[in-house]
Amino acid sequence: MRKIAIYGKGGIGKSTTTQNTVAGLAEMGKQVMVVGCDPKADSTRLLLGGLAQKTVLDTLRDEGEDVELDEVLKPGFCKTRCVESGGPEPGVGCAGRGIITSINMLEQLGAYDADKQLDYTFYDVLGDVVCGGFAMPIRDGKAEEIYIVVSGEMMAMYAANNICKGIVKFAETGKVRLGGLICNSRKCDNERELIEALAARLGTQMIHFVPRDNVVQHAELNRKTVIEYAPTAKQADEYRTLAKKIDQNQMFVVPKPLNMEELESLLVKYGLAA
Amino acid sequence: MLDMTPANSVERTALKINPAKTCQPVGAMYAALGVHGCLPHSHGSQGCCAYHRSHLTRHFKEPIMASTSSFTEGSSVFGGMANLQQAISTIFEMYDPEIIAVHTTCLSETIGDDIPTIIGKCQNEGKIPEGKVIVHANTPSYVGFHVTGYSNMVKGFVKYLAASTGRRSDAINLIPGWVEPSDMAELKRYIAAFNLPAIMLPDTSSVLDAPATGEHSFYPKGGTTVAQIRAMGDARHTLALGAWASEEAAIQLTKQCEVPHEVLDLPIGLAATDRFISAIAKLTGTAVPQLLEDERGRLVDVISDMHQYLGGKKVAIWGDPDQVIALTEFCRDMDMKPVHVMTGGNGQAFEERIKAILADSVPTANIKQQGDLFQMHQWIKQEKVDLMIGTTYGKFISRAEDIPLVRFGWPILDRVGHSYFPSVGYTGGLRLATQIISAIQERQDRDAPDHAFELVM
Repeated sequence: MRKIAIYGKGGIGKSTTTQNTVAGLAEMGKQVMVVGCDPKADSTRLLLGGLAQKTVLDTLRDEGEDVELDEVLKPGFCKTRCVESGGPEPGVGCAGRGIITSINMLEQLGAYDADKQLDYTFYDVLGDVVCGGFAMPIRDGKAEEIYIVVSGEMMAMYAANNICKGIVKFAETGKVRLGGLICNSRKCDNERELIEALAARLGTQMIHFVPRDNVVQHAELNRKTVIEYAPTAKQADEYRTLAKKIDQNQMFVVPKPLNMEELESLLVKYGLAA
Repeated sequence: MLDMTPANSVERTALKINPAKTCQPVGAMYAALGVHGCLPHSHGSQGCCAYHRSHLTRHFKEPIMASTSSFTEGSSVFGGMANLQQAISTIFEMYDPEIIAVHTTCLSETIGDDIPTIIGKCQNEGKIPEGKVIVHANTPSYVGFHVTGYSNMVKGFVKYLAASTGRRSDAINLIPGWVEPSDMAELKRYIAAFNLPAIMLPDTSSVLDAPATGEHSFYPKGGTTVAQIRAMGDARHTLALGAWASEEAAIQLTKQCEVPHEVLDLPIGLAATDRFISAIAKLTGTAVPQLLEDERGRLVDVISDMHQYLGGKKVAIWGDPDQVIALTEFCRDMDMKPVHVMTGGNGQAFEERIKAILADSVPTANIKQQGDLFQMHQWIKQEKVDLMIGTTYGKFISRAEDIPLVRFGWPILDRVGHSYFPSVGYTGGLRLATQIISAIQERQDRDAPDHAFELVM
């Protein structure tokens, strides 16, 4: 089983990209589980056709520690298996601890066991790696491949670089590696070149450039992935391509994060020079 | 035991070995026990509360009542609001205290539970019975040490309760510092000797030294009452004993109720007690009662009579800053040489103060804040002392180096008496002096060859 975590700046399109990629893999016949690691619990909405999921932590709170796997694991599009960690209300508690609790619980419940015959597990993790809890999916024995969703905007690249710092920490002693950057286009100047250059500097690849397309919005409003909502759309093929590239990916590296000056000079060179 | 401690010290930045301190909530719990009818409540997991209760029990040999929010995995994720609300309902229903004093723990601090919001919610929902109160203090253990927690809790009581009615009373406030129940009783005796009305907060006398009556009382008769704490806002003056333990609450009273304050050392030993007595005399404008003059005279008498055993004796002292500062001065005044002086607590002021006390008599003394007993052991190996004065934790060094230990400070886990006999004031000084003299004499007897084994000492 390949264990993959998707990181990236908040609002960059991690959940949309993850679910569409997962739909692509599922279409190829792969057995995929998605674990949403965001207190908003919206990481599986498109696969399930709405926020239909009772989260692991809600179940834990309501029913105590005696939780059954079926209660938290719901079947979604193309036999994907969907789990949401959930978390506290905004402003209280500790969302980071929530992710740790929830992933530990899934392990205990055997969600990853061999008899489940999974080809892939995807972790969709909220925003930046702000504390230890959000690094839970990349601790040893959890996700081994990381993809970072990024765009040509400065702060998205800054976040990507920061996430790389987190990966380096865990890569020193563990098996986690960076699989590549996924560019979710914001139609910035020279965006493709910029992200390719950033990837090169980090020692990785831009695994795919996902163009901006309004059909994604339409699909989201219909609570579906593009692959389900508009299977013949060009954008659906983009996600299928991304899925295939991830499936065939061989390039796994320990990234080399940039310092702030290097990052800014990169942006000046590609972004402003256009 | 401790045979492997190397004599040579190396600079350590990331490691403490046998730290001479513990965590904030234990201090908050001790302070709360000095309020009448108060149930200390630990907002965190059960282990914190159990540890703090048992540690206090080991020192006082008394049962310690306290409740906990009993955090689970769920509470650490979703926040502890539900647990605290439930706890408050249960506590008032089952244990019926006058007041609940909530303190936080590392876990609830880190997840960021806002206690005032939760208390406010309980208030709005009618969970707090008429006439009962809840106060709180933030006590994260990764800040400061146990005395910080004590200080924060005392300040918490003041913050929630003290109010000025606009009419100044004749009374003064006395914040006694982290001292034994016996010391608190002694301080009250001193104030009473001057006929000065006073409110002391906290007051653990008749709580943690309560007599066995054959009947268990959940809330012993001692402790500052809620009404008294409220009235502190009308006092004409505050005396705060010990800067680390008491200054914050005194400042709060000044800010909140415009009660002027004065911070003194803990009245341990001759000079510090003199300053305390003078401060009271200044407030009353009367002469020092003969009773106290006599007690002082007895202390002076003993120290001078026994000078041959005290003079020039090297001593190592550690403990909480307020205690150690006063005790170091007392030892100096008895012509002893405090060569190693340490606190596990934090504050640059500690080192400066000790340095000033020892400037003339022991200018080369080792002085350290945020120290640990490993360092103390190394210092003692580097420069041998005649006597160690500090907490129970020193007994291992005492055995390894064959040096007598006089137990003083908090905690004392392996002897009894500290909570029943004072060490503050002149009589307390007499007790300390006789303990010190006895320890030195016993050692002299033990080591004396037959021809020098004296009948009269």
